[in-house]
Amino acid sequence: MAKDEITKGYRLVGTRPNRPDGLDKVTGRARYGADFSLPGMLWAAVVRSPHAHAKIKRIDASKALALDGVKAVVTRADLPTGLEGEDLNLQENTLAGEKALYDGHAVAAVAATSQLLAQDAARLIEVEYEVLPHVTDVDEAMKPGAPVIREGAADYSVPEGMHPNVVRHMEFGHGDVEAGFAAADIVREGTYKTEATHQGYIEPHACVGQMGEDGRGEMWVCTQGHWYIRRMSAAVLGIEAANLRVTPSEIGGGFGGKTTIFMEPLTLALSKKAGGRPVKLVMSRAEVLRATGPTASASMDVKIGMKKDGTVTAGQVMFRMQGGAFVGMSPIGEALPCAFACYDIPALKHEAVEVLANRPKAAAYRAPGSPMAAFAVESLMDEMCRELHLDPIEVRLKNAAKEGTKSSYGPIYNRIGLVETLEAAKAHPNYAIRLGPNQGRGVASGFWFNHGGETSVSLAIGEDGTVQVSIGTPDIGGSRASIALMTAETIGIPYENVRVNVVETGALGVNEPTHGSRATFASGKAAVEAARQAIAEMCRRAAAEWEIEPEAVEWKDGAAQPAGPNAGKFPPMTIAEIGAKMGGTGGPISGHHETNAGGVGASFGTHVVDVEVDPETGRTTVLRYLVVQDAGTAIHPAYVEGQYQGGAAQGIGWALNEEYVYGSDGRLQNTVFLDYRIPVASDLPMIDTVIVEVPNPGHPYGVRGVGETGITPPLPALAAAIAEATGARLRSLPMSPPKVLAAIKAKRQA
Amino acid sequence: MKKVHVTTNVNGDQVEFLADPRETLLDCLRNHLDLTGTKEGCGTGDCGACSVTLDGTLVCSCLVLGVEAEGKKIETIEGMASDGELHPLQRKFIEHAALQCGFCTPGILVAAKSLLDTNPDPSESEIRFWLAGNLCRCTGYDKIVRAVQDAAAEMRGAA
Amino acid sequence: MRYHTPTSFQEASRLAAASGGLLRYLAGGTDVLVQMRAGMVQPDELIDLKHIPGVFDISRTADGGWRIGVAVPGRALGAHEALCRDWPGVVEGMNLVGSTQVQGRATLVGNLCNGSPAADSVPGLVAAGATVTVTGPDSSREMPVEAIPTAPGRTALKKGELISAVTLPPRGPRGGDAYLRFIPRTEMDIAVVGAAVNLTLDGDRIATARVALGAVAPTVLLVEEAAKAIIGSTLDDAALDRLAAASSAAAKPISDKRGTVEFRVDVAGVLARRAAQIAYDRAKGTGK
Repeated sequence: MAKDEITKGYRLVGTRPNRPDGLDKVTGRARYGADFSLPGMLWAAVVRSPHAHAKIKRIDASKALALDGVKAVVTRADLPTGLEGEDLNLQENTLAGEKALYDGHAVAAVAATSQLLAQDAARLIEVEYEVLPHVTDVDEAMKPGAPVIREGAADYSVPEGMHPNVVRHMEFGHGDVEAGFAAADIVREGTYKTEATHQGYIEPHACVGQMGEDGRGEMWVCTQGHWYIRRMSAAVLGIEAANLRVTPSEIGGGFGGKTTIFMEPLTLALSKKAGGRPVKLVMSRAEVLRATGPTASASMDVKIGMKKDGTVTAGQVMFRMQGGAFVGMSPIGEALPCAFACYDIPALKHEAVEVLANRPKAAAYRAPGSPMAAFAVESLMDEMCRELHLDPIEVRLKNAAKEGTKSSYGPIYNRIGLVETLEAAKAHPNYAIRLGPNQGRGVASGFWFNHGGETSVSLAIGEDGTVQVSIGTPDIGGSRASIALMTAETIGIPYENVRVNVVETGALGVNEPTHGSRATFASGKAAVEAARQAIAEMCRRAAAEWEIEPEAVEWKDGAAQPAGPNAGKFPPMTIAEIGAKMGGTGGPISGHHETNAGGVGASFGTHVVDVEVDPETGRTTVLRYLVVQDAGTAIHPAYVEGQYQGGAAQGIGWALNEEYVYGSDGRLQNTVFLDYRIPVASDLPMIDTVIVEVPNPGHPYGVRGVGETGITPPLPALAAAIAEATGARLRSLPMSPPKVLAAIKAKRQA
Repeated sequence: MKKVHVTTNVNGDQVEFLADPRETLLDCLRNHLDLTGTKEGCGTGDCGACSVTLDGTLVCSCLVLGVEAEGKKIETIEGMASDGELHPLQRKFIEHAALQCGFCTPGILVAAKSLLDTNPDPSESEIRFWLAGNLCRCTGYDKIVRAVQDAAAEMRGAA
Repeated sequence: MRYHTPTSFQEASRLAAASGGLLRYLAGGTDVLVQMRAGMVQPDELIDLKHIPGVFDISRTADGGWRIGVAVPGRALGAHEALCRDWPGVVEGMNLVGSTQVQGRATLVGNLCNGSPAADSVPGLVAAGATVTVTGPDSSREMPVEAIPTAPGRTALKKGELISAVTLPPRGPRGGDAYLRFIPRTEMDIAVVGAAVNLTLDGDRIATARVALGAVAPTVLLVEEAAKAIIGSTLDDAALDRLAAASSAAAKPISDKRGTVEFRVDVAGVLARRAAQIAYDRAKGTGK
């Protein structure tokens, strides 16, 4: 039931104009979280637990409060009690209660007249701990005798007999897996591990908060979603959402990590205690790495049955994931559906458990759960392709999900573009380049659902016919440009005549954050709907002036026009003319749309990577990298490419060198960028991209969302490439040089 | 703790501020001089977001004390465009979509300008190694490198 | 914290000797500011050495060696053509420290006095036979570089003593040096293993050699066995194998977040071999 594919040939959609925020960002004028200041502002600092797991016996702030210029200290005792569920988790993470649950867990906060003074005061706050046994590894945390992190935290889904740290259990599937494995020529199993990684946005969390004794407050904060900040901060502090106005700053990267609160409510609590003076809190990099949400770590069993021709007959996974010391933070609910989403397999069984560990509260990270799942499943697929001497792209094509396939997680796919990405990868010159000694090539595909979500957008026509669009999804990667393009395309005016603003919580209905690859999709779709509403009103104004029926007016090229010869003979009435007169023709003209955006189109991509591995040191050099991904429609292709390249770079980092390293004392060992090794410019080659466009029928311009999928294939693709280069298969990330060298040596000895 | 009076020159302007001797030049630029274009991403010299030039040498302003700025000449991102005219690097970064969130952009522009001041025709590899201390988490560096190459070509008159 | 700007090393030394609290010297600042920022070190006195005349100078000594001021940043070393011709290994070691930005500030003496076993500039200095001038309140003395670090984060300098210059010996004819380090990325990391080789030739045969290893022991090691393994050879495969074996044998590393014992032992040999080849080619005038 293919719907008609959307005709290309737009005037603006698909072009590459300069982004509206570009000038501010290249001149240093753009204001990020830490750039905002207010008169009378205080600075805050946070006291954090040096222990992975400890009872908090006593907090004594008297020495800090005795310093001149120290205005307020808050501890958990200053926050309301009686919270439940995720609200309690948020409060518990904002300030520890009875126990510190991880190294870096906030215990107290202080506000003073300067940043240095606040930091000095924080060092003077005495906290007495009773250190408890801790556990940071997901497999260790499930073993009998592992320290129990939170008693009674498990929900009803957990089968009896499991360790109390196992707090959620999930399973689903279809078909008869045993019959599927029996029908296979080879059945292989493997266990794969991925370490936690951090989103690694370069801008640390920053917030200015002000709250008076009346409980009314304001926040200026770097976030992916200021309504989330409002709801969560209000819950943690026990105030009403409407009494809190939250204004987002420009955001210096988020990747999912800025969709929740970590320290933001502390500014309000401190401000209220300090007589309503605004309070600024900016995290250090070490605080970001220790105490803001990294992704989960995972330990995963996979079993796949394959026929000699590459047909997959059955698949089975068991995932164990920890997302810190808080229930509900591991992405098992996303990882499982992503595991086999690329394939049409008759029998599948998925199972997962979430396990608590003494680590920070995990947050979303670009396609949460999908990269881990892909590392496990795509790696085993690749191992089996090699064993059967089958081309990895051909095997993927043979099993690929298409329109009408019942997906691994239930719904039937509408039009999707996995096959197109595989064909494009196969046809790309990179796939034909001959490799030299110690070089290898890896291929993998990836998936993300994409997301619609709660969205509210307003649009207003100016007196000169220019258009202002108010959106509630902070712009991380150029979405203001893409939304301006779609709005201008819809109305038929120049791109430069549309200004898109990200507005504060007081200006629109609730918006979900910019997450799940939804901003260009959902805010874009709502902006188009709002534009259509304004167009309808402008047609009515023209009809009234021409004294004809509104139905007899059509909108074309930025102007109202009589719809055909029978409507009458009038010259087109431009948006500028209508805007200039609107005060006298019925008042302001605007459009508004709010929705829980449906029509989401799934995203698929295929990556091809070539590496060279130094056989004497185990170091991997990425020689060339190709990202092929279905964008649906690339509204602003340069920023689509940017998402592909950025996602690939993060995936390469995750695959090769990024990891959370905990010492035996449970403390995070690598709290600076020197040792938390994100890729630097000299680590990467140019990243080639191919934008496949299989328009999403659920969006007026065919948008799918492009942000997430790109981080997923690099993990298994690099493992496959390293395996080809060295003969050694690594099933544990990161594939850092010591691990690769050890694997090479083990292979040689075997 | 007694503060120190510092007189220095920032982007051609003579400026003065009072610094706690523990404050970094980055702190002083941002908090005393309201020059917030220079960013803090790490505070440990690992990310380059705070790049400025100090008497013409590219440095991380988080690794310089404010008191060390006495009598020096400092150039920041705010001084890069002159007379309302963007530097070719600034223009090329916009045109090539070489920024996404934009947070690392001021530091990368300052560092790239310092490169082109000394090497007008850098290779891809020279650009990548020169900028290795400027972390970008959004772009994968591809478009940044291309923008620098294109700006260099334009400045050489080769474009 | 009090900030001092003495104008002579004697004055700096007297300030240090008189100090009752925690004291740090400031040259490039790329370690001390990081430690202050992390709250690891909260100095009571900070003595900025950059106001002392001559600290930014690189000059020839009377015997044809080099004298390098304590505030000369890596960038200036790398830009000094004659010094790079004589001691490319020393310069490349320093130039590997940190980013371009860090190179604008970081110094040889700072890298040495930070006391890290992984300091990238130190193996090259040790292999070169460099010395430092140690100035105290009353007198100065000359010490070999390898005698300065005594343990991670510790030096042999006594209260009131500070280093006032680095001296490199004359290069002489048919000599070459090289430094290589291993890091997981291409830049911006602390050495997991470092190896420096300095040698001179008599014809094609190695007449003298010094081999130093970094990050494989509590301090940078001068490995005599490794040097002996190649002295007298033409750096044939057998000599390189002996060098690698001696270097690996000398390595007594720990496992930490940056690498394992096994990895460091293996790679110490690999890097010593590769560095020796570069130094040898440089000595013959065929290398870069």
